[in-house]
Amino acid sequence: MSTETIATIWAGLIAFAVLAYVMLDGFDLGVGILFAAERGSTDRDTMVNSIAPMWDGNETWLVLGGGGLFGVFPLAYSIILPALYPTILGMLFGLIFRGVAFELRFRARTAIGRRLWDLSFFGGSTVAALCQGLTLGGLLQGIHVVGGQYAGGWFDWLTPFTALCGVAVVAGYAWLGACWLVWRTENSLQNRARRQARVLGWVMLGLIVAVSLWTPFLNPMFEKRWFNWPGILLTSPVPLLVAGLVVLFHWGIERRHHLTPFLCALAIFVLCFAGLGISFFPLMVPPDITIWQAAAPRASQLFVLVGASVLIPLILAYSGFSYWVFRGKVQPGAHYH
Amino acid sequence: MIDAFHLARVQFGFTVAFHITFPAFSIGLASYLMVLEGMWLRTGNQVYLDLFKYWIKIFSIGFAMGVVSGLVMSYQFGTNWSQYSAKAGPVIGPVMAYEVLTAFFLEAGFLGVMLFGMERVGRKLHMFATCMVAGGTFLSAFWILSVNSWMQTPAGFSVGADGRMFPTDYWQVVFNPSVFVRVPHMVLASYLIVAFIVGSVGAYHLLCGRATPAVRTMFSMAMWMAAIVAPLQIAMGDIHGLNTLEHQPMKIAAMEGDFDPSGPDGAPLILFGLPNMTDERTDYKIEIPHASSLILTHTWSGRVPGLKQVPPADRPYAPVVFWTFRAMVGIGFLMFGLGLFSLLARWRGRLFSNRWLHRAALVMGPAPIMAMLCGWMTTEIGRQPYTVYGVLRTADSISPIALPGIATSLAVFAVVYFTVFGAGLMVMLRLMAKPPSTGESGLDPNLPIRSAGIHPGLAGAVPPGTGAASPLPAE
Repeated sequence: MSTETIATIWAGLIAFAVLAYVMLDGFDLGVGILFAAERGSTDRDTMVNSIAPMWDGNETWLVLGGGGLFGVFPLAYSIILPALYPTILGMLFGLIFRGVAFELRFRARTAIGRRLWDLSFFGGSTVAALCQGLTLGGLLQGIHVVGGQYAGGWFDWLTPFTALCGVAVVAGYAWLGACWLVWRTENSLQNRARRQARVLGWVMLGLIVAVSLWTPFLNPMFEKRWFNWPGILLTSPVPLLVAGLVVLFHWGIERRHHLTPFLCALAIFVLCFAGLGISFFPLMVPPDITIWQAAAPRASQLFVLVGASVLIPLILAYSGFSYWVFRGKVQPGAHYH
Repeated sequence: MIDAFHLARVQFGFTVAFHITFPAFSIGLASYLMVLEGMWLRTGNQVYLDLFKYWIKIFSIGFAMGVVSGLVMSYQFGTNWSQYSAKAGPVIGPVMAYEVLTAFFLEAGFLGVMLFGMERVGRKLHMFATCMVAGGTFLSAFWILSVNSWMQTPAGFSVGADGRMFPTDYWQVVFNPSVFVRVPHMVLASYLIVAFIVGSVGAYHLLCGRATPAVRTMFSMAMWMAAIVAPLQIAMGDIHGLNTLEHQPMKIAAMEGDFDPSGPDGAPLILFGLPNMTDERTDYKIEIPHASSLILTHTWSGRVPGLKQVPPADRPYAPVVFWTFRAMVGIGFLMFGLGLFSLLARWRGRLFSNRWLHRAALVMGPAPIMAMLCGWMTTEIGRQPYTVYGVLRTADSISPIALPGIATSLAVFAVVYFTVFGAGLMVMLRLMAKPPSTGESGLDPNLPIRSAGIHPGLAGAVPPGTGAASPLPAE
């Protein structure tokens, strides 16, 4: 295999890790965001219980994304992280508050303590989602690099475009979370989640359209990719598929299906992600640095690739097993959390 | 002194010191839980199950705090040490990727089943999940210590013209010259941490007059561990010292407070003193003749290095290294002493009645954690001024982040860590303050009712009275 091929495979694997993260931690961060709309303490417990056994595994995909980037694209890692320092740290602080709240909200002895941990669960989830959106936007709009190092200012990442991306990710995760709850809960909680999913579905559609229309104008390369022949052969099915899935989603919601809305929402996320990939490839750090420029030496890439080709399928298998163990509707008062 | 460089170092030191405490506790506790569950399956004795359920609640909190504080670490390399990441990343990034792939996913994938799955999977499968979590924590320790060892004793790479490092032999990178001393030293440290915390909790309840079978069992198990592991750890520390002498002589010189290399008559051991970097000597020293040669070379007058062998800019800051090392060793011998004390009390049949033993075990609960942190400070500060020993200087490793950025984030880290992890620690202590009860409930004492849960497989398989799959709460 040529060095370029290996680097391309790795870019694909890291993209896969990030996508897995967005799909999995997306719904569990979303459940945290939806705490804002849920007042009942039993229902809040049920919401947390629905994700308690898997949140840690979901978050590990983020570590793989970061660790993988460090391992096989150290140049990209060493540019992106200082450039997006505040959004990355913001995300980490959000995840700290919410991760600890999982354990501690059940153990609070006073009503105030409980409320504080609920607030940190909601706040942490929302801040983490917002910062992930800002990070995505900051990366898409491009990073100013001189001599292989970040050379921009402290707040370069903060623009109307990144703000839009931040809002879009919060809304998108909340939407995934609502769909997850439709699948895994019952009765009044499920009904409320269904109403939230319906509204958020429309909001999300608007935001997807806004981000999609804006992105091509950030970078002439993105524009060419989307609107020029023959690229358009690859790009035009994406919006069409999204439209089809939106219709299917609302059909599922109206027919009161349990799983259809969640699957449709996940599929729409996959398509949005594919859309980003189409814009991006072969860039690693827009506007200039490509996958191949950012790649670690061949020996480094090959060393991990050998292990990853065995380990990633294994990870998918036992993560799937864990989901299967905790299948079915979550009962109110089920005592795992 | 207050510049972006030093604050970035403080920030890394602060976040990693907070972080390492939790995984060190988790590595040891996961193994302890594995032993408890194994003993329960083997003997069917309810006491082991009660202890398992008691400690798993504490484990779940410590583990969560380890996960979130560890997430910070995996990004800290890039945010504050981007030049290091760009230069050394090609060599050690892949090793860390292996940690994620083999260890983090394994822990996280089976943690849900271990914590919440007792009523959903069969006994053997649950035991398997516990073993996978324990194995994952061990693998994680191996990989991350391999990375750290490589930074201390780099091997299997070459340096390009632009300062970037390239792997030439991954076998040598992973199994570099100090990995075989660092991994066991750290794993034994985490066993000691758990032994002393379990022992401390047991001693507390014994002192409160709650000598239930569960309390006695945990205290006895903990004291066995203290008596066996503390001397092993001292021996391991000695081996570690010899390894450091061979590969990082300046660190040894700083630890010993030796500025002048020893002559042909061997080196005395400076027991106490104040290393003075400006005047290049150790003030007010109390020495034991030949002892340093004896300890470091195992001969009467072996040669011992001195800091003056390298220019001042290449020396680690000895005053800190000298004292953290002494603190670690001192605490280590205190732990060894407690182990001996417990053996004596056990031999006289007074393990559960000797109140001085219980008082000592109670106050020494946090001792191994302090020893571990002092040990890490010794090895990390002793490695300065390098991040990759002899190859890449710390000053050339930093990110292009200005002082206000690092200062702000450090302040936020300090506030968040003390409040969040402080709260978590309080909850852990509160759980420890309650004794394990017979028929200890599952994870959540507040919500013990399973109205209509699924109990496939297990409900019928458990003998009556063990309480394993009982859907009714004990409390």
